[in-house]
Amino acid sequence: MQKKTKSHSFLFPKTPTGVDGLDEITDGGFPKGRPTLICGGAGCGKTLLSMQFLIKGITDYNEPGVFMSFEEPSDDLTLNVKSLGFDLEKLKADKKLVVDHVRVERSEIEEAGEYDLDGLFIRLGYAIDSIKATRVVLDTIESLFAGLDNQAILRAELRRLFHWLKTKGVTAIITGERGEATLTRQGLEEYVSDCVIVLDHRVIEQVSTRRLRIVKYRGSTHGTNEYPFLIDEEGISVLPITSLKLDNEVSSDVVSTGVPGLNDMFHGGGFFRGSNILVSGTAGTAKTTVACYFANEQCEKNEKTIYFAFEESPQQLVRNMRSIGIDLQKHIKKGTLQIHSSRPSLNGLELHLLTLRKLIKEFQPTTIIIDPISNLITVGSEHEVRSMLVRLIDMLKAHNITALFTSLNKQTDNFRPDLAEESVSSLVDTWITVRDMEGIGERNRGIFIIKARGMGHSNQVREFVITSKGIELLDVELGPNGILTGTARQTQKFKKSISDIKLQNEISRKDREIERKRKVLEANIEALRNEFESAQEELSTLKATEELQEKFSKKK
Amino acid sequence: MDNSADGTSTTKHKFMLFVSGMSVKSGHAIENLRKICDKHLRDNYELEIVDISRDTEQAVIHQIVAIPTLIKIQPAPRRIILGDLSDKEKVLRILNLSE
Repeated sequence: MQKKTKSHSFLFPKTPTGVDGLDEITDGGFPKGRPTLICGGAGCGKTLLSMQFLIKGITDYNEPGVFMSFEEPSDDLTLNVKSLGFDLEKLKADKKLVVDHVRVERSEIEEAGEYDLDGLFIRLGYAIDSIKATRVVLDTIESLFAGLDNQAILRAELRRLFHWLKTKGVTAIITGERGEATLTRQGLEEYVSDCVIVLDHRVIEQVSTRRLRIVKYRGSTHGTNEYPFLIDEEGISVLPITSLKLDNEVSSDVVSTGVPGLNDMFHGGGFFRGSNILVSGTAGTAKTTVACYFANEQCEKNEKTIYFAFEESPQQLVRNMRSIGIDLQKHIKKGTLQIHSSRPSLNGLELHLLTLRKLIKEFQPTTIIIDPISNLITVGSEHEVRSMLVRLIDMLKAHNITALFTSLNKQTDNFRPDLAEESVSSLVDTWITVRDMEGIGERNRGIFIIKARGMGHSNQVREFVITSKGIELLDVELGPNGILTGTARQTQKFKKSISDIKLQNEISRKDREIERKRKVLEANIEALRNEFESAQEELSTLKATEELQEKFSKKK
Repeated sequence: MDNSADGTSTTKHKFMLFVSGMSVKSGHAIENLRKICDKHLRDNYELEIVDISRDTEQAVIHQIVAIPTLIKIQPAPRRIILGDLSDKEKVLRILNLSE
């Protein structure tokens, strides 16, 4: 047994369960040295949960355990948990685990007189002492009620058993089947247990979800909600909703959007790393294209990326993107990109979340893309979808993964956003909308940023075109009535170029006129100069004649 | 043990009685069984009393849950009786013995 650590604040002694997420909602585990009841209907995972508690106790906390099974023989149990990768035989050989199958055959047994369950006590005590076990599971003790007649004795003995387990100081799990009016068939166990956990298996709209709830926990605070949990090849994992805190680290790194013009619309030059981005829009507004651009860009930078496609198969996506000049295949080959396609209705929401979680654990991506997130809504109710998305986003934030979701909205009406938008919009950091702009017999695509937390951004609706070379954001064309798109843009351009030409012509005409004037002026100047020169010449001739005359007169 | 040939018409009875320490019920069971056997089977029986508080492994082997437990090994069919055997008539009926 571990000793209690004395600290200024009292900590209720607890035994960690080793079940993913359960320790969080129980605030540390099951009550140490006390019995815990796990009850629920058939196929809820009672046995699995208790088995996982024992095995994890051995492998993770080195606490040997005893499994007393009233239903399944030891061999069956061994086989059942083998699929979870646990080798009971080895644990047994290592003296870490004792599995005792208690078989009570009603047909063989008769009762004559008073008896007690000392046999059970002694067997259990022996098993506990032989390996110094601190964890005990009794699965399912009420089988005794089926095997034995004297209910009064059984009830008294069961009560004694719980007290005895407490004095033994073992942390015990007792499983029980769900009763009609009470939590258990006998309506007894829940009162003598210190902690009661109810497992539930519900089908809502053809999708089944397992849920777990802590009904009581003496001496400790605990999460009170119903928490969905999953059983997969690694056992049980509980996905707590509210226990996650908003204290993840943030990055100021900026990642490029992959669309050249779009980067410029963000003053920071792209998205923050680890942020989540919503691209919403009606059908055919190139949401997927924007998403693929981003995926492509991330892969180019050797960032591992997972693309969850809920509408297209990987091959189809690759082919479609090739038509606009994006080669996703090479990234897939290189191993930087994974495309996972599945129908949303394949699983319940929780299983989707778990798949995401596992892939994230395995692949360690820095970017994920979910296309489209709105398809998941078909699987669950509004509340469920929202809670799932909250958890998804929390999880992604905790891993500092940049996430891009696309969302299809049914109306172009901005005032009545769709469920997905409504659920996600307050959670996402950046929200880009692509939309149709319809008018004068044509449809144009526009893109604008609704919000970008922590980053200045353009307020303009930018028109973009998709050609075989990809997305191209066009420059803003301002007309008298605002931004112009499509034909209006072309007309405006045309008008502008005509007036440009006109102006040019006018200018060159003016130029020529000036030139002509200059030429006339120059000609005049030349004529005057000639006149002046001839006058000068005349004068000099006159002067010369005069000199000659003077000379002659002197000689005479 | 030689169980086929004996003077009486009944085959030899073989019992195992599981008790735990010095509990009152265990004492009653031993007492009651002795009485029944002495009266109806005289010497034609064999009784093994197992104290599972000392011999725990026997409890596991024989799937003992309740104490006291009487197991009739012979003659077939094998029967298990729980309790201190105070209901004599019921015990006799189960063991197929008549007054």
